[in-house]
Amino acid sequence: MSRVMFGRALGPLGATTPSTDMSAELSSLVMPSPVLTASGCAASGRELDQFFDITKIGAVVTKSIMLRARSGRPTPRMCETPSGMLNSIGLQGPGIEQFIEEDLAWLKERGARTVVSIAGESVDEYGKLAQKLRTAQGVDAIEVNISCPNVANRNQVFACDPEMAANVIQTVRRQSDSQTPIFAKLSPDVTDITEVARSVVRAGVDGITVINTALGLVIDLETMRPALAGVTGGLSGPAIRPIALRCVWQIRQALPDIPILGVGGIRSGLDALQFILAGANAVSVGTMTFNDPSAPMRVHNELALALQDRGFESVSQAISYGHRGADIFESDDEGETEPE
Amino acid sequence: MPIQVKGEVLDVRRAGAYHVLSITAPGIPESFRPGHFVTIGIGGEESGLILRRAFAIHQVQSRGVYGGTLDVVVGVNGKGTRWLSERRRHDNLDIVGPLGKPFMLPKEGVPCVLVGGGYGSAPLFMLAEQLRERGCRVDVVLGASTEEKLYGVLDIKRVSSMLTITTEDGSSGVRGRVTDVLPDIMERNDAAVVYACGPMAMLAAVASIASEYRAYSQCSVEEAMACGIGICMTCVLPVIGDDGVTRMVRSCVDGPIFRGDLVRWDDIGTIPADALGAPVLDAP
Repeated sequence: MSRVMFGRALGPLGATTPSTDMSAELSSLVMPSPVLTASGCAASGRELDQFFDITKIGAVVTKSIMLRARSGRPTPRMCETPSGMLNSIGLQGPGIEQFIEEDLAWLKERGARTVVSIAGESVDEYGKLAQKLRTAQGVDAIEVNISCPNVANRNQVFACDPEMAANVIQTVRRQSDSQTPIFAKLSPDVTDITEVARSVVRAGVDGITVINTALGLVIDLETMRPALAGVTGGLSGPAIRPIALRCVWQIRQALPDIPILGVGGIRSGLDALQFILAGANAVSVGTMTFNDPSAPMRVHNELALALQDRGFESVSQAISYGHRGADIFESDDEGETEPE
Repeated sequence: MPIQVKGEVLDVRRAGAYHVLSITAPGIPESFRPGHFVTIGIGGEESGLILRRAFAIHQVQSRGVYGGTLDVVVGVNGKGTRWLSERRRHDNLDIVGPLGKPFMLPKEGVPCVLVGGGYGSAPLFMLAEQLRERGCRVDVVLGASTEEKLYGVLDIKRVSSMLTITTEDGSSGVRGRVTDVLPDIMERNDAAVVYACGPMAMLAAVASIASEYRAYSQCSVEEAMACGIGICMTCVLPVIGDDGVTRMVRSCVDGPIFRGDLVRWDDIGTIPADALGAPVLDAP
């Protein structure tokens, strides 16, 4: 099988491999790359493993899994938008037990690092999901999806309420292995994302994933009705990249030490670098994997070069570099502070 | 196993309302079987159109001056397909394939009917060739709204025992739809298998006629898809499994070819209440 990588920013194939140290950490999750897949954009890794070696990226973040099998929403579930797409899948999946038996087992056998994304309809369900994962093999971290816009009651997105978000996190923390890092995935559809971030940090998360999709709507001009059967949907892709970057930036300013997994419209290594400079410790490549199934690996390679070109010897040197001199950080004697 | 390759456009030619693109795609023709499809990236690396477009593979050549090449038939119906129709010789394209499950072929030389709606005829040419190699009688029905929207009439004549054309406006062949002429053909040909590719409504009608005549049907569905490789979950439709349970399955990896009698055509665009994982209705 040949895996063709597209040159893009990389230049011709076979160009000298950059010597950048690409190792990355999210709390206690140590990875050889700061580039992960994004939940809902990689299924459970098997399909993408046909296009690149999934053990070479940071980790596979699996599609949010719920307690029981779920059919999701009716079609049409998707429509293309300028530099992005709107989706209303509705968390279709096999349920946690089949997921553990088949998908998680395969990922472990394959040797991939795995971040399991979980979604519940109630605090209690999140707790049960965490309980099930406690005894499962191959869970390197848990991402708590408290921000999916495509749930039955859109007014009950946990991540839109700092207190509800904290309740979910406390429950998951209590039910999980204390060694397993827990990340909360936040929604951009809030007035002040730092308030939600602070709340989940107080509740015990080990890291924050920002952002989930932004709620959007498209009208089909032929039917003159909403284009998606679910009416509204989550907007993703490069269209939301500046929003995602702004959220990473704000959370980094508010919480200088919390590990951040940046997500939102990353297409190239240069996009990934923007997130890292804004304060992300690692990044997820999401929707653009639909556009290019090799995208996570390509972004890794492009990022290594982009870092080297700018004189960074490692990923960690670049984290939050965009904030240097910002007065929000305690400044040291030299005036130019590099957080982390 | 699908691969991602950089293809080069060799030729773009008009065929009635459609454009036929010949593209180099080293590695894809080698594992191609009729019914497979490819996806093509649109607009280059900085494109604002981020979703790949899916096309049934029309023809392949695994050897020759250019190595492996393939043809796809493009109907312009939006910005992405227009961009593709405007490609010229030597332009590069990002191709992923072969994708999906191919048509199932009968073990023996049984009579078959192939039904194509519009450019849905595209995957039927190589299928017809392979069926004939197995000793099957191959009757073909091509239909469209108007003559211009028929694809490949002359070429498919060469590989079919009998060709019937229908157009809704009567500009070519029988005035009407493919399903108006299909029962007669089924009767005369004593068809064991009906292969169909075209719009959903046509597929539903063909599947129902096939069932009436106790024939198998193999339908190639066209659902909107974002990724084509099984990771986005947008292209689902309700299909009955071997265990009798209806599941929302992905047309890209579980299809695009389905047995017509297992697709719940009337329920497409809904989640049937008895589907696995369907929402439980709240008690009144």
